[in-house]
Amino acid sequence: MSRRFTPKVVTANALLEGDVVYLTEDDRWTRHHHEAELIDDEAHATLRLLHAQSQPHLVVGPYLADAVAGANGPEPTHFREVFRTRGPSNYPHGKQAEAAR
Amino acid sequence: MYSYNDFDDAFVRARVAQFTQQVERRIDGSLTEDEFRPLRLMNGLYLQLHAYMLRVAIPYGTLDSAKMRQLAYIAERWDKGYGHFTTRQNIQYNWPKLPDVPAILNALADVGMHAIQTSGNCVRNVTADHFAGAAADEIADPRPVAELLRQWSTDHPEFQFLPRKFKIAITGSPNDRAVTKAHDIGLRMVRNDKGEPGFEVIVGGGLGRTPMIGKVVREFLPKADLLPYVEAILSVYNSFGRRDNKYKARIKITVHETGLDKIREMVEARFAEIRPQFTGVDQALLEEIEAAFAPPQFRNAPVDAYEDFYKADPVFRAWADTNLTQHRNDSYAIVTISLKAHGATPGDATAEQMRVMADLAERYGHDELRISHEQNVILPHVHKSDLPAVHAELSKVGLATANVGLISDIIACPGMDYCALATARSIPVAQQIAERFNELKLEHDIGPLKLKISGCINACGHHHVGHIGILGLDRAGVENYQITLGGDGTETAAVGERAGPGFAYDEIVPAIERLVGAYLEHREGREETFLEAYRRLGPAPFKAALYPDEAEQDAA
Repeated sequence: MSRRFTPKVVTANALLEGDVVYLTEDDRWTRHHHEAELIDDEAHATLRLLHAQSQPHLVVGPYLADAVAGANGPEPTHFREVFRTRGPSNYPHGKQAEAAR
Repeated sequence: MYSYNDFDDAFVRARVAQFTQQVERRIDGSLTEDEFRPLRLMNGLYLQLHAYMLRVAIPYGTLDSAKMRQLAYIAERWDKGYGHFTTRQNIQYNWPKLPDVPAILNALADVGMHAIQTSGNCVRNVTADHFAGAAADEIADPRPVAELLRQWSTDHPEFQFLPRKFKIAITGSPNDRAVTKAHDIGLRMVRNDKGEPGFEVIVGGGLGRTPMIGKVVREFLPKADLLPYVEAILSVYNSFGRRDNKYKARIKITVHETGLDKIREMVEARFAEIRPQFTGVDQALLEEIEAAFAPPQFRNAPVDAYEDFYKADPVFRAWADTNLTQHRNDSYAIVTISLKAHGATPGDATAEQMRVMADLAERYGHDELRISHEQNVILPHVHKSDLPAVHAELSKVGLATANVGLISDIIACPGMDYCALATARSIPVAQQIAERFNELKLEHDIGPLKLKISGCINACGHHHVGHIGILGLDRAGVENYQITLGGDGTETAAVGERAGPGFAYDEIVPAIERLVGAYLEHREGREETFLEAYRRLGPAPFKAALYPDEAEQDAA
């Protein structure tokens, strides 16, 4: 039996600002991890990544990142992806600043 | 200092114009990211974790007030009001937006600066002793040679696609403050028995995944032979350096795998071949550059005010004791401005702080500033009578921390707070260590101690040559910090040895505290530094402090 597929989200950086973005189920790019499409099927993940890669005018470097279902939508599992959802720890810059506003 | 001539200016402006159009074509979709990426990297533009990052070259770490003010202006106009000074004497902006980058590059060109060759497999910014032109122990100012190397290497057609990046460092002093032995080429200015000026040429040093101390490939190279000899080294490396494996592509591996004698033989053969092509144009150019670096007109004035102030004010005295270095003119001092306030981000300066430093340089410092690889800013020429005023102005903007060379004067790379390559955070670890030792009020008692932190194996934070080095890794999805001991980045360079298993994020600061506690317990007195104690005692007492449970088990 093949190994169970770890759920994923498609993430990238926005072309103009470099900001971290996530692909939603309805083909938008959102700034919020919890709005991302949580993909639990490997073949579908490949298709979604291909879709992301076909949008070089919007995003840079799309890839699949591990995630889990949470109360308000998908949540990251690795600390690197957690940092990407909020910004640096030394200043209140990046996403955490926008969230506070 | 050197000012751009018409050629330099036209060259930089042409590159800005090219890149402006490249950015436009990327945004309108005519260029893919794969096509654009090498173009943006050639102009210093990276894409990091949360945003783009622009790395601006500060050749051999030298600035004047106009340049520093422009860096402040850029920080405010297009970034978030600050800049980050790096271990390669550069400045990085962490939040530029792609459409703004051409304007930033234009603003840099306005003051004779650029971001060319701050990335890619080419000759990078040439670094130099940050006390160049001022140090009491200096044989000669290395910056004219560094400028010659910059001009020669910029857009050099033969060396734009090297196997890997290439870093050159140069010092004019026997006390090596430029970490020359950890560079692809290290140059030490020396004199031969006849008193003629030349260089000791060191090759194949480097940190990163495979740290190596550079080896002397030529003990004495006459000054006029520098460019052909460096070109010969690069030419041999370009031909024989490995391109099959990124991790084995640096010249340190070429030297290690080929052997120093064989490398020397090939370099000398190539040198013999190309030396006749250098007909002296480079030396004529060097003479012009040297004239641009003529020492300032030092002021002859009494220093009583300084001495009185030193006696009267303990805060000033503490700062003077740690942050001043002997100048070659007795009436002057070299001021190191610490960008390491306890709890602040190592190497960061706000636009306001940059302007204050620019003003002080203009008013009291013969209009010169330096960036050190230790991520501090230097005023190389301050008359001693002006030091109280300089200190007072620095105090107003949080720049008077008296900790240069102490445990809180930490080198830290941006780590996983910014860098896409990082495997763990560095900055918060540095902040917490500095704050902890400040609370303990111990750092002046601990004395000289170089603590350096890298957030990945690439070692931008120079952890291998820290007396205490910290390397942040990702161990099974959790941040983990390895400690190395006994590293040294000076003329007695050594790579630190790993102390043992790594520590979790919340265990690393207590571990460092235990380690320093062991030093204080075992040192023979205040005169014996951490590094000296480590060399005398070996790792055992330090490991026992780091891993007390194991020590107990061994004793049982």
